[in-house]
Amino acid sequence: MNREEVFHEMVAIIKEYVRDPELLKHVTNHTNIINDLRVNSARLVDIIIKSEDVFHIEINDDDADRIKTLGDAVDVVLSLKRAA
Amino acid sequence: METRVVVTGMGVVSPNAHGIESFHQALKHGQSGIRLIPALQELNFACCIAGVPKDFEEIGRRYFPENQISRMNGAIGYASVAALDAWKDAGLHLPSDESSADWETGAIVGCGIGDMELIATTIVPVVNSGKVRKLGSRIVEQVMGSGMSARIAGLLGLGNQVTSNSSACSTGTEAIVEAFWRIRSGLAKRMIAGGAEGASPYTWAGFDAMRVLSRKFNDRPQKGSRPMSASAAGFVPGAGAGVLVLEELETALNRKAGIYAEIIGGRVNCGGQRGGGSMTAPNPEGVRRCIADTIADADLSPDEIDAINGHLTATYADPHEIQNWSKALGRGPGCFPYINSTKSMIGHCLGAAGAIETIAALIQLSRGFLHPSLNCEDLHPEIEAFSDHVVQVGMSYPELKTMAKASFGFGDVNSCLILRKWDTQ
Repeated sequence: MNREEVFHEMVAIIKEYVRDPELLKHVTNHTNIINDLRVNSARLVDIIIKSEDVFHIEINDDDADRIKTLGDAVDVVLSLKRAA
Repeated sequence: METRVVVTGMGVVSPNAHGIESFHQALKHGQSGIRLIPALQELNFACCIAGVPKDFEEIGRRYFPENQISRMNGAIGYASVAALDAWKDAGLHLPSDESSADWETGAIVGCGIGDMELIATTIVPVVNSGKVRKLGSRIVEQVMGSGMSARIAGLLGLGNQVTSNSSACSTGTEAIVEAFWRIRSGLAKRMIAGGAEGASPYTWAGFDAMRVLSRKFNDRPQKGSRPMSASAAGFVPGAGAGVLVLEELETALNRKAGIYAEIIGGRVNCGGQRGGGSMTAPNPEGVRRCIADTIADADLSPDEIDAINGHLTATYADPHEIQNWSKALGRGPGCFPYINSTKSMIGHCLGAAGAIETIAALIQLSRGFLHPSLNCEDLHPEIEAFSDHVVQVGMSYPELKTMAKASFGFGDVNSCLILRKWDTQ
């Protein structure tokens, strides 16, 4: 999967946790998941679990803690896919 | 002058109906919601029948977005649907996510046992397989004791007291009594009140093991729930939710709300597991005091009670309950109020029972009828003397003005309400 494909897949995963669909219209790598998309911080663990299932990877706690923006999430997924 | 409290909205998810009008029809026509549950057979339960709300998944889809359905199972799902129905029935509008909290409205909606289904089918297997992190973030909110009231508060933007009570089979009635007192004492203008219980073999297993469930009617499910009957031999487990909107009279009148009835008295107590009471049996003095204190609270003569919606589960305790009512009211068999048991149609919905049955009482009161108490053609010998007052066949009763409702639960806890038909006075 290339960066663009992972990005789109990640947006699809996060969509379920975004109450206002308007917020998803102009997402970029710099979009902050909690502040910009107003995702409840408690739901980040669900996004991590879903990402593990979708991308067939395992995201450890340190990698999970690095994820603040959509771009961070894509970086973590791509690095784990490459290492696999 | 003391604040008066009225009921302005009701919502019900019952084994024999969803929604107030359907429930009204089911009660009036004595429709049983008890059926065979194949899963109980497969698990070797002695009692394989239960009262479970039908087609709830389909109902849930009409109320909640697809991504919330999986979290709307069991007691929380039933309670949420009943609460939304009650809110709408009260003529209130659903607030938007952006609205401020409604500081004058709270919720007391409890549960008897909790979401055993989720614990048994998800938490225990996932944790035991060493994959605890796979549980995700939604487990706590689904199994916490306050799961029902917390979810309802979010749906309705409630800002007053929001809590879930738990007092076994007395839970639903207790929630209404507590909400009634909160409004009466001026701490809230409106309260959502009720109870809920999920349907799960894991909830019912302990009762089956205690041999307190009806085990001889698996081949005739609708005959299985037999309150007041000589052949009663245990209760039929049930599930569902009943939720009411209680409101300060003045607030209700100001917004021209429809009023079902006034709650004129309410009390809870405990028999202390003394004087013949135990964890599983009531101290008769506790029961009688609870009833008598409620009548005193209502400033009523016991003679003014027209009918009783009993706790009456179909166990050995039914004759004792009738005796306790009789002694508490000072009314013997010749002048006893009419009495019926909603459990004869829906089984014993545990934490939801008192709430669903209070709604049944309010429907009867506001529509002027008494529903049949099914399966008591063979009255228990100790109840025989009261036979003229046991509602074996449904009856029209336009003069019906005052009803008493009581619930009793494990722990020797009791709760009682007096409901008065609203006649604009």
